[in-house]
Amino acid sequence: MTGLRILLGAAILGGLGAAAPFTPLWLISLVTLAMSTGLVVCGLIILWRGGLVPFGQALFFATGAYTVALSGRWFGVTDAFLLIALAVIMAALVAFVVGFLLAQYREIFFAMLSLALSMILYGVLVKSETLGSTDGVNVAQASFFGMKPRGPGYTFALFWLALGMVFSAWVGVSAYLGSIAGQLAGAIRDNEIRVEYLGISVTRLVHLKLTISAALAGAGGALAALSISHVDPQMAYWTTSGGFVFVTILAGAASVPAAFLGALLFEIVRTIAVALLPGGWQLILGSVLLLTILFVPEGLGSLMIRKRATVSEKGAA
Amino acid sequence: MITAIAIVTDGLVYAAWLFVVAIGLTLIFGVMKILNVAHGAFYAFGAYAAATAIGLYFDRGWPVAGGYLAIATAAIAIGLVMGYILERVFLRRVYGRDEVVVVLITYALFLILEDVLILIWGTDGRSAYQPYTEAGSFTVGGLPLSVYDIGLVGFAGLLAIAASYTIKKTTFGRLLTAVIYDRETAAAFGVDVSRVYTVTFLVGAVLGALGGALTAPKISVTPGLGVEVIVLAFAVVAIGGMGSMEGALVGALIVGLFRAGAVHLIPQLELFSIYAVMALVLVFRPQGLFSRAQPRKI
Repeated sequence: MTGLRILLGAAILGGLGAAAPFTPLWLISLVTLAMSTGLVVCGLIILWRGGLVPFGQALFFATGAYTVALSGRWFGVTDAFLLIALAVIMAALVAFVVGFLLAQYREIFFAMLSLALSMILYGVLVKSETLGSTDGVNVAQASFFGMKPRGPGYTFALFWLALGMVFSAWVGVSAYLGSIAGQLAGAIRDNEIRVEYLGISVTRLVHLKLTISAALAGAGGALAALSISHVDPQMAYWTTSGGFVFVTILAGAASVPAAFLGALLFEIVRTIAVALLPGGWQLILGSVLLLTILFVPEGLGSLMIRKRATVSEKGAA
Repeated sequence: MITAIAIVTDGLVYAAWLFVVAIGLTLIFGVMKILNVAHGAFYAFGAYAAATAIGLYFDRGWPVAGGYLAIATAAIAIGLVMGYILERVFLRRVYGRDEVVVVLITYALFLILEDVLILIWGTDGRSAYQPYTEAGSFTVGGLPLSVYDIGLVGFAGLLAIAASYTIKKTTFGRLLTAVIYDRETAAAFGVDVSRVYTVTFLVGAVLGALGGALTAPKISVTPGLGVEVIVLAFAVVAIGGMGSMEGALVGALIVGLFRAGAVHLIPQLELFSIYAVMALVLVFRPQGLFSRAQPRKI
């Protein structure tokens, strides 16, 4: 990750931020929501590269979202930065605890056990009156360092906050993926016993990856909670996890920006699908997913990379 | 005492239903190594097909006994049609790909089929209670017991015996066992693996549809009923060991009894109890109760 790319990324995100006041509010809300999904998908990429597919990432997403809602309701915390920090810490903590169990498993068993854990949370949320039961909990409007923007200002503030989070996640996750621990993911997927022979504990590495991905999912959940101003148990349901896996497939695990573009595409497809065919958006999503797996197995992100590769080959020749 | 009896009877009825659904799922996984999320769609289509068949049948005022035949026919027909289309058109293209990728294919198919279901039958709920009420009920020790429920338990028992017999005693069962143990070696010995796959998937699909069809008279058939079932069936299969028939039976009994216990004693924990049991079993037996541990390959 070069300084030039960081500058370029900052310029693009800064440009988006500057364009916000000239953009319709619904579009800004949609993009903010897409970014919250993108943050979760960033975390999924980290696991995905190690051959791990969690079907229960909604566990951490919902943990983050509920942390925001309940910190506001029970303790009167309204500062957005503090709320997000709390959500990230809570989600990472939950992942750290369940990680002792989950990091022992691979492949389909990892997927199923993480699914079971998220469904446990769903079961608790649905049945617990203090946690809002099926109705969920409303999220109070957050403040930003004491400032309390209202109306459109609030939407802008959240959007700028989201841009900042996306930037940090992008820099952080790219740095992690480039580090030795991140690079080992591919080796784990190919053959983890060989990695163990190198003297590295695969279990601890997976545990770390899980915790990082959960922190990102918690951040995504916090952003979603602030942006929707409401949390409900559906956020912990397995179809929510399925949606995250869906975006990861769509985007591919090749690059972090692809995760955000994929999430944006997902939200747009969903919005259009709901508008055009109110009862049929699952049909459209399912078809897109099916076609992606059958014909672009490495995800849409791989198309960009493949194209870039062929262009540079031509340039060299 | 009466609570204990209620827990056992409710648990058995619930377990019987779970077993019918889960055995199809575990069969497909055992033979084809496909965790078939679309199983939930087989279940839902089976329920709707049965509700429609029951509606048509009883509207004409024909004898009650034939109504049960109508349920079975509807389930088998829809299971065969859907199973054939899914296996031939979609799954055939992805054999040999990563297990997780195949799961996602079936997840995509499940999403699509959920909406196709609504396009065909609409969003209104349907009820087809006649077979349930016509079967009557009687009272044991102050507890009403439905004859239909007892029939369900009997059917699940017969299914378990039939499955065990087919696998252990018939030629096809032995071929199946060979494919389960080692697909490539079985193919090398001349087993038509492709045909075994197709038959397995069709049988699994019919069982899924049958599970839905048998439940239809007991519930109001509404969209979205496949979603709950698939996660429950996963829990049963994971507890028992993926791909194991005995496992599906024991898993269904465990989940059925635990759920019934939770419903009667601490109703808040109904959903929680099922997944807590699953997580607990997986802590001690990651492969499930009846599955062989896989050797690690270097």
